[in-house]
Amino acid sequence: MSDTQPAIVLDKVNKWYGPMHVLRDVTTTVGQKEKVVVCGPSGSGKSTLIRCINRLETHQQGRIIVDGTELTDDLRALDTIRRDVGMVFQSFNLFPHLTILENCTLAPIWVRKMPKDEAESLAMDLLTRVKIPEQAKKYPGQLSGGQQQRVAIARALCMKPKIMLFDEPTSALDPEMIKEVLDTMIGLAEEGMTMVCVTHEMGFARQVADRVIFMDRGEIVESGSPHAMFESPQTDRLKLFLSQILRGH
Amino acid sequence: MSAIVSPSQERERPPALTVGPAAWLRANLFNNWWSTAITLALGYLLVRWVVGFVDWGIIHAVWSVPSKGPGIADTSACQAAKGIGACWAIISDKWRFIIFGRYTFDDQWRPAISIVLFVGLYIVSALRSFWRWELALIWLVTLTIIFVLMWGGVFGMEYVPQDQWGGLPITFILSTFGLAAAFPLAILVALGRRSTQLPAVRVLCVVYVELVRGVPLISFLFMASTLFPLFMPVGFNPDKLLRAQIAVILFAAAYLAEIVRGGLQALPKGQYEAADSLGLSYWHKMGFIILPQALRLVIPPLVNTFIGFFKDTSLVLIIGIYDLLSAGKIALGEPAWQPYGTEIYLVVGAIYFVCCYTMSRYSRGLEIEFNRSIRR
Repeated sequence: MSDTQPAIVLDKVNKWYGPMHVLRDVTTTVGQKEKVVVCGPSGSGKSTLIRCINRLETHQQGRIIVDGTELTDDLRALDTIRRDVGMVFQSFNLFPHLTILENCTLAPIWVRKMPKDEAESLAMDLLTRVKIPEQAKKYPGQLSGGQQQRVAIARALCMKPKIMLFDEPTSALDPEMIKEVLDTMIGLAEEGMTMVCVTHEMGFARQVADRVIFMDRGEIVESGSPHAMFESPQTDRLKLFLSQILRGH
Repeated sequence: MSAIVSPSQERERPPALTVGPAAWLRANLFNNWWSTAITLALGYLLVRWVVGFVDWGIIHAVWSVPSKGPGIADTSACQAAKGIGACWAIISDKWRFIIFGRYTFDDQWRPAISIVLFVGLYIVSALRSFWRWELALIWLVTLTIIFVLMWGGVFGMEYVPQDQWGGLPITFILSTFGLAAAFPLAILVALGRRSTQLPAVRVLCVVYVELVRGVPLISFLFMASTLFPLFMPVGFNPDKLLRAQIAVILFAAAYLAEIVRGGLQALPKGQYEAADSLGLSYWHKMGFIILPQALRLVIPPLVNTFIGFFKDTSLVLIIGIYDLLSAGKIALGEPAWQPYGTEIYLVVGAIYFVCCYTMSRYSRGLEIEFNRSIRR
């Protein structure tokens, strides 16, 4: 894989839930090490889009190429892509019956075939990086929401992904915990990770994003640098959305 | 006089009569006049019944009777006590038949050891420190020893054909093998029924579950004992116990599969998605993430079904296999003992109760232990 080839290519992607057209001709490219923030009102298809990138949802038309591999029904291609694409969910989705350490080491051991002690030292490194190494022996239910989300980030990083997807990572958190998660994500961005984040945190978008994509009713309405998007929105839909978001904050 | 009392000290003791046994009694049994009346009435009945049972079962009971000759008991003492005292003599006279059935009398140490081995196997399997792969080996070895003991024909032990087996070993064999084999099968069927990738497998699993659930266990056993041999090649005739065993396994698996499926459905979708997004394969996802959680959720209904099937094994009576209950019934066939069914059934019932209650208690403990580690 050369460094010049784009990390993610979406080409006229379409998806329907029954008669509902949830993604309409979505076309965009995410370059290596690019940080993209996807925003839009609820029901605009932004979560569906990000979930199509690691095929938690299947698209019905168009092409999605991740790191040079096209997403099809071919399971081997899917395995490769999921190994290289990490995902963080709104509701954390940690495994409640496993300790924090086991949450982090399970996939490296069984998918990457990493020796157990190597996986554990990697997990401890990453838990240290998200600043909760002392919780390693605890169960997810014993941690706060912010701590759980940081574990979820560490768990995804343990697979040494090339691309990280974030699906509204702070939406389920209490306000005082949002910062600790965002700080972790900012740190990750500074290290050069390719990131696609669905989020309403406009401050985060300003600080980190190379590009912001605004979606509404299943299509990309506007995209550009955070400065251009927030200071001089071109479309009425984005103006309306921004005014609602800013009023809420 | 200083009047400063810290509020926290003040609250360390709860108000009088809100905790402790006296408060419990008042809150639950003597809350108002009609609750008090019901408590007293039921209390009176309970005392009457216990006194009556002690009187019948212990004070006036006949514990043994002399014998009139070899194998013939003189039950006149029991007849004299009929109605006022229990005739436990029937138990001391017949207990070996009830426990071991028609198994060769002099060789009954063999089923006796088998029972001990079964109980040992249950205890070992119940201990969490033994939950390693070696446990499968322990099962294999123990069950092999049990069958060698029961069948004989080697190591100088006389061959005892299967139709002479009976009593408690039959109950243990049918339920242990039944549930041990039905459980993994049930998991596969439940997974198959939820498969989206393999529609043919899903249809097969649905048909299997619905077909088996739609038929009573008794007709299943009849089919196994009469219909099945008709379709088999001449000379191939697996023994009756094996056929009943397969029927029990297939039947139990259908019920257990639905319980497991319930557990699979109860798990949040996010657990499946998180496992998928980490790139775990289907079997890793199921084995490490989904099943461990799903099965914990369904411990109560699982144990409920286990207990049900443990008792349902007594239905094999109708195809001529003599488990614990039917052995008790046959023991009553002897004319001298015929009137003392109550005593036999009480004892057999007590054995069933001990087994079922143990399972129930154990599952409670398991639930508490599991919940401790994943409490939120």
